[in-house]
Parts: sequence; C-alpha cells; structure tokens
Amino acid sequence: MSGLKDAGHLFRFAGLFVLAFLVFLVVRSYVVPKSFGEYGHYRGAAIGEIASRPVKFAGHQTCETCHTDIADTKTKGAHAHVNCEACHGALAAHADDPMTVTPVKPDTAVLCARCHTTSAAKPVGFPQVDPADHSGGVPCETCHNPHSPVIGSDSSASAGSNSSAGSSSNAKAAKVGAK
Amino acid sequence: MSGVEGYIYPNEVTLYWSVLIVLYPFITGLVAGAFILASLERVFRVEAVKPTYRLALLTALAFLLVAPLPLVLHLGHPFRSPEMYFTPHDTSAMAMFGYVYLWYLMAVLVFEIWLDYRREIVLLSQTSKGLLRLIYKVMTLGSSNISERALHIDDKVGWIVTLVGIPSAFLLHGYVGFIFGSIKANPWWSSPLMPVVFIFSAMVSGIAAVMLLYMATTKLRGQKIDMCCVDAIAMYMFYIFIIDFSLEMLDLVHRVYEADESFRSLNFMVHTKLYFSQIVVQICLGTIVPLVLLFLTQVAKLEEMARKRIYILSGSLALIGVLAMRWNVVIGGQLFSKSFLGYTTYKMELVTREGLLVAVGLTILPLLFLWALVKLLPPWPDKSLHEAATGD
Amino acid sequence: MKISRRHLMILLPAAAVAWKHVLAGTPEDSPNYQMSEHWWGMLIDIPKCIGCGNCVRACQTENDVPDGFFRTWVERYHRTDWHLENPEVISPDGGKEGFPVVQAGEEGKFFFVPKMCNHCADSPCTQVCPVGATFVTPDGVVLIDQKYCLGCAYCVQACPYGCRYIHPTKKVADKCTLCYHRITKGLTTACCEACPTGARQLADLKNPNDPIHEFLKTHTVQVLKPQMATGAKAFYNGLDGSVR
Repeated sequence: MSGLKDAGHLFRFAGLFVLAFLVFLVVRSYVVPKSFGEYGHYRGAAIGEIASRPVKFAGHQTCETCHTDIADTKTKGAHAHVNCEACHGALAAHADDPMTVTPVKPDTAVLCARCHTTSAAKPVGFPQVDPADHSGGVPCETCHNPHSPVIGSDSSASAGSNSSAGSSSNAKAAKVGAK
Repeated sequence: MSGVEGYIYPNEVTLYWSVLIVLYPFITGLVAGAFILASLERVFRVEAVKPTYRLALLTALAFLLVAPLPLVLHLGHPFRSPEMYFTPHDTSAMAMFGYVYLWYLMAVLVFEIWLDYRREIVLLSQTSKGLLRLIYKVMTLGSSNISERALHIDDKVGWIVTLVGIPSAFLLHGYVGFIFGSIKANPWWSSPLMPVVFIFSAMVSGIAAVMLLYMATTKLRGQKIDMCCVDAIAMYMFYIFIIDFSLEMLDLVHRVYEADESFRSLNFMVHTKLYFSQIVVQICLGTIVPLVLLFLTQVAKLEEMARKRIYILSGSLALIGVLAMRWNVVIGGQLFSKSFLGYTTYKMELVTREGLLVAVGLTILPLLFLWALVKLLPPWPDKSLHEAATGD
Repeated sequence: MKISRRHLMILLPAAAVAWKHVLAGTPEDSPNYQMSEHWWGMLIDIPKCIGCGNCVRACQTENDVPDGFFRTWVERYHRTDWHLENPEVISPDGGKEGFPVVQAGEEGKFFFVPKMCNHCADSPCTQVCPVGATFVTPDGVVLIDQKYCLGCAYCVQACPYGCRYIHPTKKVADKCTLCYHRITKGLTTACCEACPTGARQLADLKNPNDPIHEFLKTHTVQVLKPQMATGAKAFYNGLDGSVR
C-alpha cells in the first residue's frame, strides 16, 4: 500500500526506539548486581556485607570469660546489670589481643558523676548525689567499690589498689532522691 | 547551634534538598506549561495562538534538556543515577522519573518536533553546508520523503502525539507534585492537592514563559507582535491562574480550619521564616498583582501599548511567583522540625555544586539551548526555504 | 586485676576460640544465624532512662558515626501541667555528654526519651527509595546498602522520626542498623550493651524465650507517632503523651 511507503520515516523512528531498548537490555544484564532481587528489591549481598562489619564492643559475656572474679563480685551488687564496657569503654580490641592492648582504668572522679549527679530530671529512686557536697572531689572509688558500689555490701573483694575497705564516716545516704 | 530555634530532631539541622531541588519542579513546570500552550493550537484548534506553536515546543525541549541537571548535580553519587533505569523501585514516585522523562522527551516532544519540522529538516539537509549539513542529514533518519501524502501522515500522527502528550505532560509534572504530596511524614507536603496545584501553577509559568519569549524574540527580530495571539495567550493564562489561585486558597483555608497538630508550627513558620517568600513574593507580588492586572485587561478596553506592558509585567511576576511557590514548598517543608517544636535555617551556599551560582547557571542554560534550537530549527517561516522548496 | 598466670593459661585459649567465633563475619562462618528465625525490635523503658548518654557515645564508637549526626539520641522533656502538646525539649549534642542538672523544685514532669530508628515493619523510608538501596531484611531490620545508594535523600524526607541523615563524607544515607553486625553474632546492640539501667533492651519477637513477650503482656507500651501506621518496632514503656 502506498500509505506504508510514505510512512517509512515513521518506521525508522520506531526502529530507533527498538534498537535503544535492545541495547538497554544488554547493558542492564551486565550492570545489575547478580544478587539483586535475592530477598526483595535490593542487593542481597548487602546483608552479608553489613553483617561483616568489625565489632568494637566485646560484650560482657566475653569479658566475663576471663575476668571471673570481677564478674562474681558484680552479680552480687547494685551494679549487677551495668555491663563492663558501659564504664570501661569499647574493648573488643583488648579481648582480641589481651596482652598487647591494655585498657586505661577510668577516672572515677569523672566517670561516676555522669550517671549519679543529682538532677531533678532523673527518676526518683535512682541513687544520686551532689559530688561536691558528697565527697568534695575525692575519687568515688576511695569509698565505693565500683563493681559493687553499695558500701558494706562487699568488703572482702576490692576493685583497685587504692580502695579502702570498710565504710567511711563520709557515708551520706547513697540514695538522695529529688524532693 | 546556629540557625536553630526551639527543638528540632538532631539530624534535621541540615537541609538535604537544596535550591537545585527548587529549580527542578520549576523547570519541568515550564516544560509542561509550554507544551499545554502548544497543544491549545494543535488539539483544541485555538488558531489565535498559532504563531507561538513552534516556539512553545522548542522552549519545552530546551528546558526539558536541562531538567535532569539539577537532580543529578544534587545527588551524593551522580554516577549511580543509571540505577534508576536498571532497578527502579516500583513503590517510589521518584523512580518514575527516569522513564517518564525518557517517554516525554523521545516519544512526545522530540517526536512531535521532528514530525512538524521534517519538511524543513529535509530541505535544510540539501541546502546547508559542512557540519550543519551532516546534522540535518542525521535528523532526517535517512528518509527524504516530503511528499504531500507523507506530510499528511506526519500531520495526523502529530495530532495523536500531541493528544497523548497532554496527559504525558501532566504526568511529567504531576509526579513531581506526588513526590511531595505522598510523604505522610511531612504535613507541609502531604496533600492530595499537591500534584494538582503543581500542574496548574506549572501551566501558568509555562504559558507566561512562552508569551514573554514570543514577545522578546519578535521584538529582537524587528517584527510586529501579533496582538490577537498575545491577547489569547493572556486570557488562557488568566483563567488557569484563577484555578491555580483557588486551589492554593483551598489548601490554605483547609489547613487553617482543621488546625491539626502541625498547624501551630506551620503557621508560625509562614509568618516568620517564610513571610517574605510566601506572603510578599508568592501571594501578593506573584499571584494577586498579576491576577488584578490581567483582570483589568479582560474587562477594560485598553490600548495596545498598555496591554503589552501589563502582559510583560504580569507574566514576569507570575514566573517569579511560581518559582517562589516551589521555594516555599521545598525549602519551607524542611525548615520546620517534624517534632513541631522548632525550626532550622537554610544556609544556601554560593559556589559549591548545590550553590546559588549553579542554580542561576541552570536557569540561564535553557535559554542558551533555546537560542541554539531556534538557530537550528527556526520557528518562523523562512522565505529562502520556501524558494528552495518551490523553485527547485 | 588478680588473675594468676595459671588462670590465664587456662582461660586465654578458651576465650580466644569463643572470640574467634564472635568475630566471624561472613554468613558462611556463622551458620547458626538464620534470618527467618528472627524478627528484631527494641524495648525502651522510659522510667529507667537517666539521660547519661552512654548509648549515644557507644553507638558513635561502634559505628563510626560522624560528629553532628546521630544514629541514636536522647531527648529530655519538661512537660508542665497545662501544655501537653507543647513540652520543652532539649537534646544537647544528642545527649551525648548527658544533660544539664535540673534543680529541685521545678514544676511539671521531666523525663528522658531515647530515640533511634524504629525499624518499621511498614517502613515509609524503604517505600520511597527509587533504586532499592534501603530495605527491610527478612529478619525485620531496616538497612541501607551504601554501595548502591545515590544519596538522593528521599528516604530522609520520608522518615517521620528524623532518624536518617546523609553521611557528610560518604554522601549516602545512613542510620541505625540495629547493630546488625552484632545481633547476627549473638551479641546485643552497642547502645543496649552500654546502657547502665537496662532502659534499652534488644528484643527478638520471634524468639519465644525473649523477655519482651512477658513484658508486653504486663506493661502498657506505645510506639512513636502511631497515627503514621509505620509498624514501628521500637516499643516504649511509659511513653508520655507529650512526646513528639
């Protein structure tokens, strides 16, 4: 039909589209990652990649494998549920290589205040003190064993070389709640 | 923290969608609006606007070619953007962009322009020299058939393309409105009205742009402006502007009346941080003033000079108003916190990839493209071509 | 620390073997973890939170979170009796170094609210990703494939909780991963590990022995912005109505 002859240019234009589409399909088969669509509309391999990231906090179970005596002390005291790295920081590197990577002992004068400084915003019943009134700047471990902090609760074990045994006369109530 | 008032979620300090994301809906809006103007003649047979038909198509193409640039420049990884073509996520409105853009560019705009210009392209491929000759030859796709029958087929097919092009233009710009309107997390954006408001304001901006370009290029060529044409364009712009204004007022009234949990925060934002860009620029200068001016031209018999000046003024203000609307939507939507308790500030950069200079450049670039397109495919009847066609 | 040399000789090899298993990263080396057996969430117990900021610091350490951005943060609310919808909220540097002291005698109620990605089951952020760079895993964790992400920030806009951000140097989306690299190895998240009061606890809803089941039976819990219907899996005990 003569109509088709005069529409030849339209077929050429359409042909461009078909060609482009075919090229697109070929390129796509090379470019789209193989694991795409494995579990959903995403690259399935990403899950494994994310799961393989390095761990910085060892987790208290790992600490307790070696530090059994500390663990024993802690489970009997008020800090039973305070995990080791909550105070000691991330120590997976130490767990990985205990002899070479030695953690720095935290400074109790700074560390304990973070949680235990009195503030009316904190829950009532949570042990809080005003550090200046309570100890006048003396490091907390002078009187309190950080691993079992209630004075008198564990007088036999000691956390460090400079903790003194027994209760001191400075025993203002450990629980100073908000009014 | 500088620029932060009240309480905002800590990750909300930085705005992630910058002035480039303001530009993108503005540009695609111009494309859609210019195309609608072209379709007025082609499909709805409004003869009066015929002088602007080809110019409108070329304007749409010039802006469409620039449209992906602000998006790509804004991405953290621009070279990964082909992923939108290879693995588009079917639940994401943004994923539609790649395909809707390609469809509109190739199957609508380029196709229609090619069909309308084919005769000139074939003639120019025979009469021009050097590199231009090669370009024209490529554009003929190897076919030099410009018989009456072939041109008649072109005309019929072109009509269908324009017909399909109208909903395609709405889709091209409407999906941008849906990108914002479908985000339930953001009450400034989330609204079923959003795509509709975007489309109507796009039509206003596109029509204003073509009208201004027509007047400017006609003057530059030393020709007389066809006032019947411009009067008709202004009339359509006026009526579409009224619809746009009504929709925006409906959104406003609805918000004020329902006063949901976001209202207090948004209201405060409009009266402080967005006061200048929304109340002064978008509403007063960009909508009410041009509406009043255009209303005057519709009800009073004004002489030609006055009408020309009003059209130029109201067209320019309308364009500024629509750009301000995009700014208020995009930037405004990120200035308030989703806690409804605070605000941050947009610190627009100057010379970086997403800065003001790039934005200005991207606004000027389409005009350069248009200049090149007008040179390549003159929208105006060229006497020498007629001689070449009939004389040869 | 008083560990005898003999002690060490016995303990070290055992610890080393246990640790190597913990460090095993690739799925092939951890054959014990099956995604289909888990459905992760988090329990946040508001009355227990003391605003110490341990969790924020631990998360930053564990996940190399850039300064100024937060995968988790803590907010402090001050709700007075008349202004349930308009509380005073602060989060100085995300609560990383704790909060300023409040003197006794202030009227109204103060409390702390840790915030994080809620790992929504019907997450609006994964819905809008144009390329499939963020997704919900079969075990219920919302993750970001940072090798595929374009950095378009659409997901950041779509999250109702403000938990996402664009990483300033990687230029891709980033957020809490529920320490996926830890929970798939039997560890808990960094924030839960560091929390001294047990205010944050990882929960595996598919594990019949997980304490969350008992907790959900005996307490009143809420999720943030329930009207968004995101299927959030961070469950809050004692969440006040003023929390935004």
